Amino acid sequence: MNSTPNEVDKKILKKISNIDISKLKGAYNIRKDGKLFVRNTTPTINIVSKKDKDGIDIIIKENTKNESVHIPVILEKEGLNDTVYNDFHIGENADVTIIAGCGIHNDSHKKSEHDGIHTFYVGKNAKVKYIENHYGEGTGDGKNVLNPTTIIYLEEGATLEMETLQIQGVTSTIRTTKAYLKNDSNLVIKEKIMTTDSQEATTDFYVELNGKNSSTHVVSRSIAKDGSKQQFSSNIQGNTKCFAHVECDAIVMDDAKVVAIPRIDANNVEANLIHEAAIGKIAGEQLIKLMSLGLSEKQAEKEIINGFLK
Amino acid sequence: MLEIKDVCFSRDGKDILKNINLKFENNKVIVITGANGSGKSTLAKIIMGIEKPDSGSIYFNGIDITNMKINERANLGIGFAFQQPVKFKGITVEDILNITAGKKLNRSEICQYLSDVGLCTKDYLTRELDSNLSGGELKRIEIAMLALKNSEFTLFDEPEAGIDLWSFNSLIDIFENMKNNTKNTIVIISHQERILNIADEIVVFDNGSIKEIGKKSKVLPKLLISSKNGRYTKEGNE
Repeated sequence: MNSTPNEVDKKILKKISNIDISKLKGAYNIRKDGKLFVRNTTPTINIVSKKDKDGIDIIIKENTKNESVHIPVILEKEGLNDTVYNDFHIGENADVTIIAGCGIHNDSHKKSEHDGIHTFYVGKNAKVKYIENHYGEGTGDGKNVLNPTTIIYLEEGATLEMETLQIQGVTSTIRTTKAYLKNDSNLVIKEKIMTTDSQEATTDFYVELNGKNSSTHVVSRSIAKDGSKQQFSSNIQGNTKCFAHVECDAIVMDDAKVVAIPRIDANNVEANLIHEAAIGKIAGEQLIKLMSLGLSEKQAEKEIINGFLK
Repeated sequence: MLEIKDVCFSRDGKDILKNINLKFENNKVIVITGANGSGKSTLAKIIMGIEKPDSGSIYFNGIDITNMKINERANLGIGFAFQQPVKFKGITVEDILNITAGKKLNRSEICQYLSDVGLCTKDYLTRELDSNLSGGELKRIEIAMLALKNSEFTLFDEPEAGIDLWSFNSLIDIFENMKNNTKNTIVIISHQERILNIADEIVVFDNGSIKEIGKKSKVLPKLLISSKNGRYTKEGNE
């Protein structure tokens, strides 16, 4: 196995994980073109290849604190359809950061696709920050497709904060997230998407608040440009005394289309569920304000978009 | 100096500004007042370039800016504070001050500008300019932006709008401080007696025309008499 990164690898890793592979420390597992590229484990974080299917088990020992795991995926081989199953077993009282993501470089007319199915088993009182960035590039007209599925099981008192970012080069994506929360657990999801040209992005969140005093905040901010299409669906099931806040903000530009489909089910009298959705163009007063500070209309638009997706 | 020559503006068959002629001299505080709907805010929008006059011209330091864009006027040295500060999702207080400066400021510089408008900096740097800030806080940040911009000519459109009494008192202090520490021209559109008191000159608008213009000592007493007769209340709103 040649684990020396080429220039494209380095660029993609920088884009999706902001890492320099030569300086990477701690636990990591880099997958390239459907195969293991390079891996490192630590005394408290083990990474094991699955035997029954493509993927890995990431096992984080209980009480592991202030450690991180990088598990980026690179696709450069034309026409590859890569599906991977990654399971995260996070021990009780651990406090870790997991940085995932996928970058596709496609110079061909063939479709490149990566479907990552990630399942999180977060132990009691454990705290996880999960970052997942998606990026596509290349000179070909082949589609770059990314379909991530994230399934989250939070034990009592567990917390998971998930940040996802997709702002460039992904032709089509269907993001599916399902979460099941026990007592006193908390799930925060922050999604940021920008689509351009004829790109399509669908995100679908399903959260079951099964435990007493469980809570979730789902925040989606997106920008749809050109002729792109986006759909945001959320389905929150409040089955006990719980709290949920779902917020979907989208800026629609040019001929783009954005659909928001909210659903909140209070299945218990003590379920407190809120949904907010706002879709619209960039406010004229925002452009005027920034222009009154000396920015051109284009510069003003760029600042507004950058801020919105920050 | 900013000069307005023969400016007329109408909408939907109604004359909103009727042949306005005004000169804003350098190094003065001028307060424009008048009843709601008298044309004050429309004049502000025309000065800024948000609206174009039907006829007439605007000159800034001798340059005809009538057809210039908003940003071109801003880059010449014209600043504007909105009546209702604009909210931005995702843009923080620190971001907007960097945008205003056109460069990344160090935090101690930002702190100074925020402190000058009575904001405790640590609490505000990373806060977004959206609904989690009160009207008074947003207004102070807007003023900090304009202080940072340090435009030769700055126009405030009803800075008292939408803020509580405590914030209003701070606002007066800020304007008095600006008056004493800047040589720029400050134009404030306001109904408030305490803001009128800061003025060197007062311009009174009535139904799209200038009813009166002159030094504060001459104009303000007449306005206060008018207010007692029901034309203006003491704190300004008709």
